[in-house]
Amino acid sequence: MIVIGELINGMYKDVRKAITGKEADVIQHLAEDQVKAGAGALDVNTGPYSKNPKEDMKWLIECIQKVTDVPLSIDSTKFDVIEEGLKLAKNRAIINSTNADEERMSRIFELAKRYNARVIGLTMDKSGVPNNKEKRLEVAATIVAKAIDYGINVEDLFLDPIVLPVNVAQSQGVEVLESIREFKLLSDPAPNTIVGLSNASQGAKLRSLVNRTFLVMAVASGLTAAILDPLDKELMDAMIAAELILNKNIYCDSFLDAYRKK
Amino acid sequence: MAIELAREKYSGSVNTVELGAARANGGTRAGVIKIGGETTMPFLFEEGDMPNPPVVGMEIFDCEPTDWPDGLKEAFGDALKDPVKWAKKCVSDFGSQFLCVKLMSPHPDWGGRSTNDAIIFLKSLLQEVAAPLVIIGCGDAQIDNDLMAKASQAAKNEKCILGIASQNNYKTLTASCLADGHSIIAASPVDVNIAKQVNILISDMGLDPKRIVMDPTTASLGYGMEYVYSIMERARLSALAGDKMLSMPFILFIGQEVWRVKEAKDSAPLGVKWEIATAAAMLQSGADMLVMRHPQAARAIVKYIDMMMKR
Repeated sequence: MIVIGELINGMYKDVRKAITGKEADVIQHLAEDQVKAGAGALDVNTGPYSKNPKEDMKWLIECIQKVTDVPLSIDSTKFDVIEEGLKLAKNRAIINSTNADEERMSRIFELAKRYNARVIGLTMDKSGVPNNKEKRLEVAATIVAKAIDYGINVEDLFLDPIVLPVNVAQSQGVEVLESIREFKLLSDPAPNTIVGLSNASQGAKLRSLVNRTFLVMAVASGLTAAILDPLDKELMDAMIAAELILNKNIYCDSFLDAYRKK
Repeated sequence: MAIELAREKYSGSVNTVELGAARANGGTRAGVIKIGGETTMPFLFEEGDMPNPPVVGMEIFDCEPTDWPDGLKEAFGDALKDPVKWAKKCVSDFGSQFLCVKLMSPHPDWGGRSTNDAIIFLKSLLQEVAAPLVIIGCGDAQIDNDLMAKASQAAKNEKCILGIASQNNYKTLTASCLADGHSIIAASPVDVNIAKQVNILISDMGLDPKRIVMDPTTASLGYGMEYVYSIMERARLSALAGDKMLSMPFILFIGQEVWRVKEAKDSAPLGVKWEIATAAAMLQSGADMLVMRHPQAARAIVKYIDMMMKR
């Protein structure tokens, strides 16, 4: 599993404050803590309140790369902000994200090609998020086909079936889980699959429990990456145990410790 | 139409462990042997590399072996009565690349001499013979904790490999290796889960995983060798897939297993073949260091490795 740490996001108050006040140590601690807890990549998002997202992205990335070299997931809706991130990223970055909109796909895949980046593809288009797995699969196929047209390797695509909050779209959980299974059949080699996990529990009680249960079910469905809070230790432990049961890692009594030594 | 072979791509690699310190590195050994480093399953050079060929060492004891069959003893003659002479013979006559020294004499069944006597022998061996050393205790946990701590000090900075650590007895030996610059043998009873656990326990004490070699426990041809083969293969595939806690090279005690089976005891020529066959199979499942007993078998396996390493 590729774990992408979600905590460096201007949506969170502490991060927003750190960006405004240029408190590099806050960002750097967040980066280090997430990597230590098992994140293999870090999402970077300046947040909706940023007045100058391009500059803020530059500052965030420079801060982070002083303390870690893990790949970055450049999270923005704006092309110039994404490009700024791609220019600065030391390691192979992930663009977060495109959807199935023709124009957006063209521009994102061009950037991906130019900067040798991987891409998260949200299976939604102008008409919104599909409400069943068939439509999700259709949109996913559109993204895969377009990526191939642009010479992107399918293994470098992360298809996101879009997790919706369980308290408002309860019927969508099973659709998402089944989509994960089916996306993998779209090509050989298979595309990666990814979820923005915390969305599953947005606005719900017992968030950590909902996230952790959803993640285990998604891992069992074949999920290969997730954007999540790696500092939620019980969440990470559950994921490690799920991968163990799926025979992805060899058991030993200290299997949690062993996974974290990777 | 030409058939295209399916080829695996691996992301991980086996650790490279160094055995022996030459003068330039603060020791007195003739050279440094690099072990491991593979990025492929054995000898599949189309899929990856084996930067260091597997190495073959012979076994000597610090006292005359009591349980060796006559056919095996004959290969060494009188040298078995004088361990330093025995060691020299292994290196100069039989081309042993390293020596595996078993300090058996303190064991109650092997004479029960004082551990200090074994250390006196070890010191003279270090002076007389320059081959890199693997040093093994007598097998009695209580005696070994004292014996191996002393052996470790006596060979300080020589970058030996010391054994044998197990899940229930690894702390003293690991501490010695940490203090004196040696590497360690982590053993498990033909069990990949325990193998991984012992590696974690040892590395949690602060010993660099690049200073651990795994002894998966060997079985002879006809006595469970296939099981060892499959355990090693599983561990190695996992290492090549990136499992850092199984990325250690393997050491296999081939001679000790083969020369106690009926076929070898009854007939030395058959025993030699038995030892060759067991060693060859273990090489094919990922063995990096072989500890052997009969000089003819050791020589044949060195030749076999040369042949297999041709790209």
